Amino acid sequence: MAEPDGPEDRLRRFATIWSRAVFPVTSTSSTRPEFEGQLLPLARRLSEALRARAFDQEEAKAVGAALVGAHCTDPEALSRTLDCVDAYLVLYCGHDGDPEHLRARSARLQHAMAAGFAQALRERTLAEQEAIAQAALKAQGVVAQALHASEARFRAVFEGAAIGIGIADLDGNVLQVNGALTRMFGLTDQKLRSRNAKEWTHPDDAPQTWRLYEELVRGQREHYHVEKAFYRPDGTVLWTNLTVSLLRDADGAPRYQLALMEDTTERRLLNLRLRYEATHDALTGLPNRSFFFERLEKALSAGPGQRFGLCYLDLDGFKTVNDSLGHAAGDRLLVEVADRLQACATAPGEMVARLGGDEFVALTTGPDTAHEVDELAGRIMNALLAPISIDGRELTVRGSIGIVEGPAGERSPAEVLRSADITMYRAKSAGGNRFELADPEADARVITRHGLTTALPAALERGEFFIEYQPLVRLGDGTVRGAEALVRWLHPQHGVLGPDRFIPLAEHTGLIVPLGRWVLEQSVRQAREWRERHGGADAAGPLRINVNLSPCQLNHPGLVQDTVDILERAGVAPDALCLEVTESALIGADDDLLKPLRRLAEMGVDIALDDFGTGYSNLANLRRLPVSVLKLDRSFTQSMQQFPADPVDLKIVEGIVSLAHSLDLAVTVEGVETGAQAEQLRILGCDTAQGWYYARPGPPDRLHELALVDASG
Amino acid sequence: MERPAWAPRSIDISVPSVSRIYDFYLGGSHNFEVDREAARKALEFMPGLPKIMQANRAFMRRAVRFAAGEGITQFLDIGSGIPTFGNVHEVAQAVRPGARVVYVDHDPVAVAHSQAVLEDNADADVVNADLLKPREILSSPQVERLIDVNRPVALLLVAILHFVEDADDPYGAVAELRDALAPGSLIVLTHASYEGIPLPAERAGGAVDVYKDIRNPLIMRSRDEIARFFEGYDMVEPGLVPMPRWRPETAPEDEDPYAFSGFAGVGRTA
Repeated sequence: MAEPDGPEDRLRRFATIWSRAVFPVTSTSSTRPEFEGQLLPLARRLSEALRARAFDQEEAKAVGAALVGAHCTDPEALSRTLDCVDAYLVLYCGHDGDPEHLRARSARLQHAMAAGFAQALRERTLAEQEAIAQAALKAQGVVAQALHASEARFRAVFEGAAIGIGIADLDGNVLQVNGALTRMFGLTDQKLRSRNAKEWTHPDDAPQTWRLYEELVRGQREHYHVEKAFYRPDGTVLWTNLTVSLLRDADGAPRYQLALMEDTTERRLLNLRLRYEATHDALTGLPNRSFFFERLEKALSAGPGQRFGLCYLDLDGFKTVNDSLGHAAGDRLLVEVADRLQACATAPGEMVARLGGDEFVALTTGPDTAHEVDELAGRIMNALLAPISIDGRELTVRGSIGIVEGPAGERSPAEVLRSADITMYRAKSAGGNRFELADPEADARVITRHGLTTALPAALERGEFFIEYQPLVRLGDGTVRGAEALVRWLHPQHGVLGPDRFIPLAEHTGLIVPLGRWVLEQSVRQAREWRERHGGADAAGPLRINVNLSPCQLNHPGLVQDTVDILERAGVAPDALCLEVTESALIGADDDLLKPLRRLAEMGVDIALDDFGTGYSNLANLRRLPVSVLKLDRSFTQSMQQFPADPVDLKIVEGIVSLAHSLDLAVTVEGVETGAQAEQLRILGCDTAQGWYYARPGPPDRLHELALVDASG
Repeated sequence: MERPAWAPRSIDISVPSVSRIYDFYLGGSHNFEVDREAARKALEFMPGLPKIMQANRAFMRRAVRFAAGEGITQFLDIGSGIPTFGNVHEVAQAVRPGARVVYVDHDPVAVAHSQAVLEDNADADVVNADLLKPREILSSPQVERLIDVNRPVALLLVAILHFVEDADDPYGAVAELRDALAPGSLIVLTHASYEGIPLPAERAGGAVDVYKDIRNPLIMRSRDEIARFFEGYDMVEPGLVPMPRWRPETAPEDEDPYAFSGFAGVGRTA
């Protein structure tokens, strides 16, 4: 502990004053007492230098420098220090020395301190500047090294990439390319770089390819992606998936274009091959059905003024060739036909395709197909004229062609093809070896026919059929003998359709069997109803029902049993039923076919020979048929509508009636429309008649009324 | 073209750096004219800025001594800048010889300078990494060499978090560091705030704008927002306070009024 107000105490007080003055302007993180602790030795040195015999400038300089070491780098720290020394050093540390001398020494000490401070600060500043500059340089070195490494890696990526990479400036000058790119093009690095990107045109370039390029180099587009072809120096084509990106500098200004290319040549060839295989017929090499549909679709969706013409060819009798000579021969025939057809359609816009089997199509497109398609069909017919030699045989090939021609944009491919198909069948049913032009009405008929055929089964289920009855009148006394059941179809769209519209269709599809059974059931039930109303006591006998039997039903094994069942279920005697069979159905009929009819006849069912006189009537045959009634075709009675009737017709009818009666057959006439006719036929000896003169076909109640009138009359 | 992650950003000493500006405020000459120009601009608005920096350094010094007194011998100083004097290793190693210190900064110049300063110090090193990528810091060879994360660590985040915008999730980074450190670890944190500045906020805002201009925006946070950084820590007495009031060694009343700008605190994990 220092002696109060002794020299040590006074020195400490000086250090306290000094630290208080300077501390606020230092940057030290020490506390003020700590700072004072740092200043105390400096104060001691100053104190001793003040009183030393000789003035030592270095000691004062060292104190000034030490201030900088204590982080008093602010010039204000020096200023305050000097103020403090000037005011208090002599006072606190002068002891008993000569004040004049001490003052002078203090002034010199201050000068030296200032110099020492300045020198130290200068050195420290320079050292720190040097240190930070070195640090910056070193940091930059690290960065440069990293950049170098980064660039080396990029270069490795660039060079080693399997994808072709090229960099060009915005004028198209190629600046850099990688190995993959040179290999793709088959050009050296130097040759590639001497080219301009704008020279790399190819006829297969998509229309937008160069527009996209221009947008990119103008900086309006960041990148684009196209499929692009290039010529290689050997003339082969390089196909690529090309992606071009715009490279901008740090300020965002466009600088370079970067192209990435993937060689797709092989893949493309494979695709083309697969596409070819998918679109061509393996046997003939012709375009196949799907390819043809594609082209047809294109032709049909062409713009205004564009037309199309289509020839649909089916070989006549090809099945016979296949069946007799074998499929291999058939195939060779098809190949030869395909070759000939191909030679017929070589103009642009024309094509030939094989749809399958022996069906081929030829298509022509353009504004003038109305004329061209006829010529095309003519060429095809001509091409088939020369016989085809297969296995040493000369085969004559003929074909039927359906032609459809019209403007684009109206019909679908399926509609066009259907029309062509229908027309081809028309040509075929007209005898073949010809071409026919599509006719919308004929198409419509076929289409309706087709529609009706497919609607038939559902129609039967839905109860769309109904029966009308046309009375059969006894010519002798004008009484109603019965009625012929005539089936009708109340079609939801087409209205009431007569049997001529759908019975052939039902025959064709076999639906005639259930339909016929239904008609028989209904009619028999009706017959019973009539009987119940009139009883059997009528002098004219019970009302009978005539039901038509189609050839198909005739062949159906269930005919007899069905008929028996229906009669039994209804409780109707067989003799109330008359089945009408057309003459043509029985032409050439053998015993097997006649057996069921004979069975029915034996049971008491009448069999009528319908439309007698229209077929090839083998009169001798009549004897062995189990027939009890002849229905004379209306053609015989037509001439009797005039008066006087044609005498020849009269003679014929008279002869037939005479013949029939001699064979014990009754004669019914159809188509009686006038009273004179009826009278004439009565005189000729006909037994019964039906026709508009008596009544048109109508609902069952009408017949009931007629019968009542008849009975009461 | 995008710069790949492994290529460092370039060094541009024509752009002011917050580390070198900090050094200038502390009377150092580890700075260039661009740094001093920015610093002088900020000083026009807040002449007392250097006192805030000084208070930061003084707080850090007290906190490091406190940590060393608590037995902690490992220090991780993130955002260390350019150590002019009174750095963590100087303070810590004076109290506890052999104490280990790892400095972290993302300014390559500051890192290069620290490397030069620490060249002969086997127990201290520096990592060039970003506070926002704690994983990179913790898995660096320097940290792995010097710091045992299974023993308590003093994590120093002095005057750094106010340079991280909320969008970059500073809270997440701090939490990740906290979770990586052993129980008993300390967080030593200071943060700028308008609270406590002896100036109207508009004037202080002028200085804040300078940092915005040099692309190093200064995010002034409220005391509550700053307190959230201590989530998961128990506050060491006297809690989150103005710097001169944290365990003062001399009378806080003697401090410059600027020293009371912002907040300081130390937390300890359970």
